[in-house]
Amino acid sequence: MIEHKIIQKEISQKFPNVKFEEFREMLSVLSSKADFLDLMKFLKENSNLQFDYLTDVTGVDFLKQEREPRFDIVYHLYSFKNNQRLRVKLGVPEEDIDVPSMAAIWKAAIWLEREVFEMFGINFVDHPDLRRLLTPDMFDGNPLRKDYPLRGRGERDSILDLK
Amino acid sequence: MPDTVHELKSDRMILNMGPQHPATHGTLRLVLELDGEVIVKAEPQIGYLHSGFEKLGEDKTYTQWITLSDRMNYLSPLCNNIGFAQAVERLIDIEIPERAKYIRVIFAELSRIADHLVWVGTHALDIGAMTAFLYGFEAREWLYDIFEHTTGARLTTSYTRVGGLFRDVPEDFEDMVNEFNRKFPKVLKSLHGLLTRNRIWMDRIRGIGYLSREDAINYGVTGPVLRGSGIDYDVRKNFPYLIYDRFDFEIPVCDDGDVYARYLVRMEEMAQSHRIVEQCMKDFPDGPVNIADEKYKLPEKEKVYDTIEGLIHHFKNIMPGHGFDVPAGEIYDATEAPNGELGFYLVSDGTNKPVRLRVRAPSFVNFSPFDVMIRGNMVSDTVAVLGSLNIIAGELDR
Repeated sequence: MIEHKIIQKEISQKFPNVKFEEFREMLSVLSSKADFLDLMKFLKENSNLQFDYLTDVTGVDFLKQEREPRFDIVYHLYSFKNNQRLRVKLGVPEEDIDVPSMAAIWKAAIWLEREVFEMFGINFVDHPDLRRLLTPDMFDGNPLRKDYPLRGRGERDSILDLK
Repeated sequence: MPDTVHELKSDRMILNMGPQHPATHGTLRLVLELDGEVIVKAEPQIGYLHSGFEKLGEDKTYTQWITLSDRMNYLSPLCNNIGFAQAVERLIDIEIPERAKYIRVIFAELSRIADHLVWVGTHALDIGAMTAFLYGFEAREWLYDIFEHTTGARLTTSYTRVGGLFRDVPEDFEDMVNEFNRKFPKVLKSLHGLLTRNRIWMDRIRGIGYLSREDAINYGVTGPVLRGSGIDYDVRKNFPYLIYDRFDFEIPVCDDGDVYARYLVRMEEMAQSHRIVEQCMKDFPDGPVNIADEKYKLPEKEKVYDTIEGLIHHFKNIMPGHGFDVPAGEIYDATEAPNGELGFYLVSDGTNKPVRLRVRAPSFVNFSPFDVMIRGNMVSDTVAVLGSLNIIAGELDR
């Protein structure tokens, strides 16, 4: 484990606009879209940090909290070298749902981003295979968005007619 | 001499495996592209068991969701219960009593053994060895007797609560676990005897389903799949939770990266889990199994009947639309489930229901490099490689 201050310093040197948050002993990096791809490459390749392992990708919809931007895309990284976890968050507004894909950096992102794509309707640019994964191909809707009703929109009954 | 395979220019064939195939253990579908008998490409089609646990989580209180966690990895429901309860506890920042920690560790490790026993049994059965299945299931039944006796259910255990456990273990629990500890080494030995140096078994699974060290990291696999590719990573050692740092146990690692390596890792893990349970039983403490704060746990029945505070806490905990509030914030917390890192990412806005409840399911991530593992292998190897990953569809699709 290395201290959070050291990670912050390393990142701030290269990306001065990045903000940090700390909660329950976990450091979060809040990035902006312009920096994002470079930041992730930097986190993986920097010799002191070496976050070479992508644990998880997910999204959060803050519609009911009325927060701007509406979505967060959350990446959990892990470094074998330092035995350290790191969270990277990217705010995504509803009007501009294009986000750079991490599939070229970590192949784990291929499936994980596909899931975020179908569940939140986030468009991952340059993703090699952006299709629905858990829901059927003809399914229309993003179930984990807060404005999607809990009981669905009747897809269960009409799924056979959707062909 | 020309290569006969290339001389016969045949079309590639598409073979559909599943969604209802006996060897897929749950509903998942594989679309295999074949050149003769060799697999050129495999495309997993998943989602047949998608039940929206994450969406449901946003509509249920934290306690209610524990019952849903049973249904994810249905071979080791207790591990899911423990993982989820621990994530919520870390988000609230509460420490559970010593005895509850011991019980959780015992159940996590017994579940790991039960899960691996089913895995080794069905994996061998798929490949054609019937006996190992029967041996494994007999021992698993002893464990399920303990689970049933303690939690009241075989599968839908829902045993943990935020702040401790649903109830203390029964009086004869220690005897039952000790009895299991005594009998288990013999079962493991006979499983080793049946399979480990078995010529057919080795010929069948060595060298297939290869996943290199680099690919294992790149695809983010965890658990026995990662350790079978030679990487020493286990959440119990790397981020010790509960009381794992007090016990003496090792993390088995094998460098070969094939199906046989994963088999060896899982077999050794059972022996290590057995060691942990034995150490737990040696200094199993007395005391409460729940935290004292009745904001989070149901009060004792006498208190509910006799005091106004008890009655208020009771209703506050169980009434629809109530339940305890969790401070605003976010947490990623992981435990080592039998299949790998079972992570929960919770986002709370300070109310009684999470804004987001994300499950980082090990089966899901472990399944994504399936195409890489199976390419160039034969059709008949599909079941062996699939079996070695121990894909549980409930957890895969959530």
